[in-house]
Amino acid sequence: MIRIIVSPDVIDSASEMARVEAGESGAVATFTGLVRRDDGVDQLELEHYPGATEAALMALAEEAVVRWSLGDATIIHRVGPMRPGERIVFVAAGAPHRAAALAACAFLIDRLKTDAPFWKRETRGDQPRWVEPRAADDDAAARWTAD
Amino acid sequence: MKLRLVYFAWVRERIGRGEEEVDPPAALASVADLVDWLATSRGEGYATAFAERDRLRAAVDQRFVPMTASIIGAREIAIFPPVTGG
Repeated sequence: MIRIIVSPDVIDSASEMARVEAGESGAVATFTGLVRRDDGVDQLELEHYPGATEAALMALAEEAVVRWSLGDATIIHRVGPMRPGERIVFVAAGAPHRAAALAACAFLIDRLKTDAPFWKRETRGDQPRWVEPRAADDDAAARWTAD
Repeated sequence: MKLRLVYFAWVRERIGRGEEEVDPPAALASVADLVDWLATSRGEGYATAFAERDRLRAAVDQRFVPMTASIIGAREIAIFPPVTGG
């Protein structure tokens, strides 16, 4: 089952993981992304492109389901303002065996970073700043198309 | 040709609006042509937003495309900075 959610609500990763574990998969891999506490950011705000975001995430999930024969693919992405330590993104992949689950989970988060229309704006004190893309993210996403 | 334009992140901020409807000249063929037209005909905010073309990305009818992509028959064009989610 594919589950895509883009919402300002707090991400309940425990219940999302339980949902995937309740499926037929023998192996579940998950990734949780948090707002970093370590670089002085007071608030992080996520902007997105409604409609296009969900479509991009659905396309990624569908690709992963086919490529790794997944029983479950979950992508939950928070939008709007959030604080350090809060969850931004949760990804889960349920597969027959661990190698497929781990690879699919990595694929989903790597490609999400380059293929889905989200933009981060950090605020330190009263200074907002749009986050610049990282070349390492492009490299991480590209490895899934290299073979 | 009525076209809906949407902008995100610092492109939206520099232009001063998130969306609008425009009626561009029929001669415009690509997203890059559209950006050139907006940058030169619609004021300083647009010129500033579109000053660094290599920092712009686009979507036609909600699909990511290169700036050379055709806009013929498009309904919605989005222009935005490189994405930074996850």
